Amino acid sequence: MAVPPQRLSIYDAVAANRWRTVLLIAAFTVVVSVLAYVVGEYAAPGGGVAALPFAVGLSGVSAAGSYFAGDRLVLAQSRAREIGPKEETELRNIVGTLAVGLGIEPPKLYLIDDSAPNAFATGRDPKHASIAVTRGLLDKLDRQELEGVLAHEMSHVVNRDIRVMLLVTVLVGTVALLSDWMLRSMWWGGRRRDRDRGGAGAILVLVAIVLAILTPIVAQLIQLAVSRQREYLADASGALLTRYPPGLANALRKIAGDTEALEVANKATASLYIANPLKDDPKFFDRLFDTHPPIEERIRRLEAMA
Amino acid sequence: MEIWIVLVVIALIALFLVTTYNRLVTLRQRVREAWSDIDVQLKRRWDLIPNLVETVKGYAAHERGTFESVTQARSAAQAAAQTGSPEQRGQAESALGAALLNLRAVAEAYPQLQAVQEFKDLSENLRDTEDKIQFARRFYNGNVRDYNTALQTFPTNVLAGTFGFTSEQYFELADAAQRETPKVSFG
Repeated sequence: MAVPPQRLSIYDAVAANRWRTVLLIAAFTVVVSVLAYVVGEYAAPGGGVAALPFAVGLSGVSAAGSYFAGDRLVLAQSRAREIGPKEETELRNIVGTLAVGLGIEPPKLYLIDDSAPNAFATGRDPKHASIAVTRGLLDKLDRQELEGVLAHEMSHVVNRDIRVMLLVTVLVGTVALLSDWMLRSMWWGGRRRDRDRGGAGAILVLVAIVLAILTPIVAQLIQLAVSRQREYLADASGALLTRYPPGLANALRKIAGDTEALEVANKATASLYIANPLKDDPKFFDRLFDTHPPIEERIRRLEAMA
Repeated sequence: MEIWIVLVVIALIALFLVTTYNRLVTLRQRVREAWSDIDVQLKRRWDLIPNLVETVKGYAAHERGTFESVTQARSAAQAAAQTGSPEQRGQAESALGAALLNLRAVAEAYPQLQAVQEFKDLSENLRDTEDKIQFARRFYNGNVRDYNTALQTFPTNVLAGTFGFTSEQYFELADAAQRETPKVSFG
């Protein structure tokens, strides 16, 4: 009798991700409240406290919005279209097979019409999950490599990584947008007021300090939520699912070797993909946001499994 | 005072019994759901066989022995599904898999057949179904292992018998070219 397959406990990963979701929403609410307080105080003395209910309301709406509709937002932004039931039979068969191996419903499939090979998964749980692949991925990878990539993405689905990643993408995107907008409006607004009255300079300093504190916290938050360990875990559980680690290893080598950047990807959505789609050499500051472990290390670990 | 200590101890024991029982029910339920996944795929394979045999017959009518052994193996597998344990079903389905392999080897010898769209579709469908059977089997066996491990470890093993939980059988297919389980380590 064959030894029954060894499995990583996905239940642990699911529980950890439930905590991350709660932490993330709490941290987001705090950050937005701090921002609102500063804006409120700046507008009128005592206005900071008055702005807090709005901040909490805004946080709730954003969190609910990204939880329920964030996947559609991300897919639309990536210009992905849903694949019909009669198209791309091979892709559909592979995903269907992997879904049987994980005991879940097959996720919905989307195609991005771009020749750069890449893929991502999104959604909130296995019943509301989508996997998007590029045309280049289907053209450049053979069946076993494709199976490896899809097994990696399906692992993100069952581990509920997709939910955390979605919240990170949308909420952190919102914070970045808000602080960017604040910085601009205060910088220019403050300057104008500088001529009218004094004291605005002090507020500018305050804002600068708040932003200086905030940005690394946000970066740290992403690091916390999007730990590199999860990519290794998805690689490993994907390899366990297909019983063929070289499939994903070869796919990663092909994806890394491809010099073409994926045009529809941006800084906010980059961390969703199986490998960095931007192909840029990150500067020191961007490295704080670097959510993927080095691809050579991932390949080395996969090859050690075979 | 003592009455409270006794009550707390009783409450703790009750809590332990309830959680143990519920955990075993959950694990056993997962095994059953996984089994129904295998069942669905095995039935899908049976459903493909009559059409496949008819299509091949059209080009290789004299290979009667091959067709008969496939049809017989299919009936045997269906009979095993009625009454058999996972172990017996595994044996019957393995025999069916071997007969189908034989049928495909026969079909290889007929180039005109390889060009027929219906045959291509049926072959791809069969391949997809057999892949799914393999993956469903792994998922099922993983769940059986979790359940059986829970039954055999202390202190659950003391209670499992009393509650009427018995271990489940693995589903094994003999003929399949099995890929080896990769060794995973984190560090």
